[in-house]
Amino acid sequence: MKYQYLLSLALLLACTQQRPESESSGDVTYGPGQSAVQDNISRPDIIRIASNSNVHKTLVAALKAVDYVDALSNAGPFTYFAPTDEAFDKLPAGTLANLLKPENKNQLRNILEYHVYVGNIREDRITDGMILNQVNLKNITINRSPDGKITINGVAQVMGVVEASNGTVYVIDTVLLPPANN
Amino acid sequence: MKKQVFLFALVLFGIGLMSGCKPKGPAGVTTSGAAAKVYVPPGQYDEFYNFVSGGFNGQMAVYGLPSGRLFRNIPVFSVNPENGYGYSEETKPLLNTSHGFVPWDDLHHPALSTTNGEHDGRWVFGNANNTPRVARIDLRTFRTVEIIELPNSGGNHSSPFITENTEYVVAGTRFSVPVGENRDVPISSYKENFKGTISFIKVDPQTGRMHIAFQLRTPGFNYDLSRAGKGPSHGWFFFSCYNTEQAYTLLEVNASRNDKDFIMAVNWKKAEEYLAAGKGKTEKARYAHNIYDEKTHMATSTILEEVTVLDVTELPGIVYFLPCPKSPHGCDVDPTGEYIVGSGKLAAVMPVFSFSKMQQAIANKDFEGEFEGIPIIKYQSALYGEVQKPGLGPLHTEFDAQGNAYTSFFVSSEIVKWNVKTLQVLDRVPSYYSVGHLCVPGGPTKKPYGKYVIAYNKITKDRYLPTGPELTQSAQLYSIEGDKMQLLLDFPTIGEPHYAEAIPASLLKDKSLKIYPIEENQHPYATKGEKMARVERKGNDVHVYMTAIRSHLTPDNIEGLRVGDNVYFHVTNLEQDWDIPHGFAIKGANNAEILIMPGETQTLLWKPLKPGIYPFYCTDFCSALHQEMQGYARVSPAGSATPLKFSTGEISSQK
Repeated sequence: MKYQYLLSLALLLACTQQRPESESSGDVTYGPGQSAVQDNISRPDIIRIASNSNVHKTLVAALKAVDYVDALSNAGPFTYFAPTDEAFDKLPAGTLANLLKPENKNQLRNILEYHVYVGNIREDRITDGMILNQVNLKNITINRSPDGKITINGVAQVMGVVEASNGTVYVIDTVLLPPANN
Repeated sequence: MKKQVFLFALVLFGIGLMSGCKPKGPAGVTTSGAAAKVYVPPGQYDEFYNFVSGGFNGQMAVYGLPSGRLFRNIPVFSVNPENGYGYSEETKPLLNTSHGFVPWDDLHHPALSTTNGEHDGRWVFGNANNTPRVARIDLRTFRTVEIIELPNSGGNHSSPFITENTEYVVAGTRFSVPVGENRDVPISSYKENFKGTISFIKVDPQTGRMHIAFQLRTPGFNYDLSRAGKGPSHGWFFFSCYNTEQAYTLLEVNASRNDKDFIMAVNWKKAEEYLAAGKGKTEKARYAHNIYDEKTHMATSTILEEVTVLDVTELPGIVYFLPCPKSPHGCDVDPTGEYIVGSGKLAAVMPVFSFSKMQQAIANKDFEGEFEGIPIIKYQSALYGEVQKPGLGPLHTEFDAQGNAYTSFFVSSEIVKWNVKTLQVLDRVPSYYSVGHLCVPGGPTKKPYGKYVIAYNKITKDRYLPTGPELTQSAQLYSIEGDKMQLLLDFPTIGEPHYAEAIPASLLKDKSLKIYPIEENQHPYATKGEKMARVERKGNDVHVYMTAIRSHLTPDNIEGLRVGDNVYFHVTNLEQDWDIPHGFAIKGANNAEILIMPGETQTLLWKPLKPGIYPFYCTDFCSALHQEMQGYARVSPAGSATPLKFSTGEISSQK
């Protein structure tokens, strides 16, 4: 049920990148941003990777809901922690639906910004105990076990790493929730 | 196993959500309303001059606003074969440095001179990032007339920003570097040996001549951008600092560790007091000071050997640190001089500091600690307030006269308008794409003219017809006359625009020089009449005193040149008529051409390598008989006895 809701939301949001008529400037139309650049040749950026993945539908919908797809299509570079659909499903019932309400946009944005670091930390640069200050100004702690397993904040496992044109995507199995204070 | 599944899923390029979001075609994009606002009819003038840095082309471009028409690309730090800048004997000294002749640099920031915090239309300054220098361009001639090199600097980025009355142009080093006698030190000794330097370049109020009054020696950070105080904060300067971690490798990671870096507040009047009290230390340094003389049409380069240094860790009261989130880039002061806006480029919050609160905090010693003996003011004690989540990647802020600020956001690719007093976001418009600097006419002054904000974008991708992998950057013009910003125009730019300033055309256009009066030409090789045209040999140096006037060069037949000669063509343009330049080029010269403005003398050095006949001609289409404006030079073998001869219009009987 929840899943269906998200899917329809995703479809609805897919084409709302253009500014509404009321905001357009006289008769110059504001076109879509960088996420809509037609380019099938370049290595895909973070948003294309997420959009073309079939396990990040919730994430993409959420990013669209907070107008974040153009930002993550930017030159960046970013280190991006991408929770899977299952990761979102693990949140307490109703949490996500609540976050997707327009009045909670800032809260959702804060959570999503907690998954973004400006700067490209490739997998081979990850060290045990590394701390990154995320876009929402809160820190994450990265641990790396001797066998190479990467964990974020002690809760989220990195399940895969994808190099994007504008950074690195770490696929994680748990949504990172920002601490109230660092 | 699970990992593989996910990776497989990730590389599946299915029906992307993007495909439903194709931009609408050009049909939806144009428009009479916006067009009328930027249309300057043929023969009419633009309202503003826009001085736009050329970035990696090293030059400064001049556009008109609102049309976006390009008028000039003023050569500053890079050679320009198009007019001979850096190739002619007269202009070569301008590009001399302590490293010798440097043909290229990277110009990021124009700064228009001000009097009482308002544009006075006299000069525009520009910075060389790579081999640290500051240039001054005369706004009567639109020519580079002075360049001063900055010792103890590396990456002259927080430059050239100016004080209210152009008392000083400052130049802060981006890279801290070893200073003092021994510079052959391990890179890993950064904390011990590497220091920052802020140069205060004094500007003579009459002539504009620059000299380094003093350098502040500061902790080893990266100094990024700066702005002078104004009004109540006149006498202070503010610099953004990043890499307070003092990293010397992989700054991408290692200089982003601290939650807060600093804005460095400099009390330069206090520094002047120390200087007057003899607290400055004279240190050895080597740097070039190059001046172009408008009367001799010639630049000279002098190497200077000393600089006066004030060490801010030893002289209290010059410098205070304000904590600022996340690698601050822009550091901008509003027109009232009370508010200082920090833009942490990795932050989602923008602090606005209050100058009066900062003064109070200093008086109360409201410090949270110190760095190398320099007090760090408590963040909250100097903070007026924060603009919460205005966008992602704030870079630079300009102001209008109504108390509003306009901040560029690189990552979220937008300009955000907000009110300085209320800190409320009022409007946002996208830029296409990834705006760096922005410009409001008069935006950094005490009295902004407003009307437009221009975004200078780093990335254009699909915005114009493609030209292969190397694409243009762009400028986007928005009206800010209403409550909402309104996109009017975008136009491609040359080079890579960083900062730009705009000034009303009325302040410049009537004093623009039309010609150089020939009677005032004091060039030592000037030829002020065809009768004085001649060729003189001095050993291997041959001086050709040549004149150019429609439509012939005098002399136009030259014989007796030899392989191994240095042939100096000193060409004087005898025209005294607006917009009648002549040019000069000779076949095979390992050099450029020269363009000579009316009344001017310029010199092209030619070193012929083989005997033969070499055609030369006027390269600037000057007249209906421009194609007739030509001549021949005969080169004989080294040591040959061919007599030196020169003439124009003499015809011998041909055999």
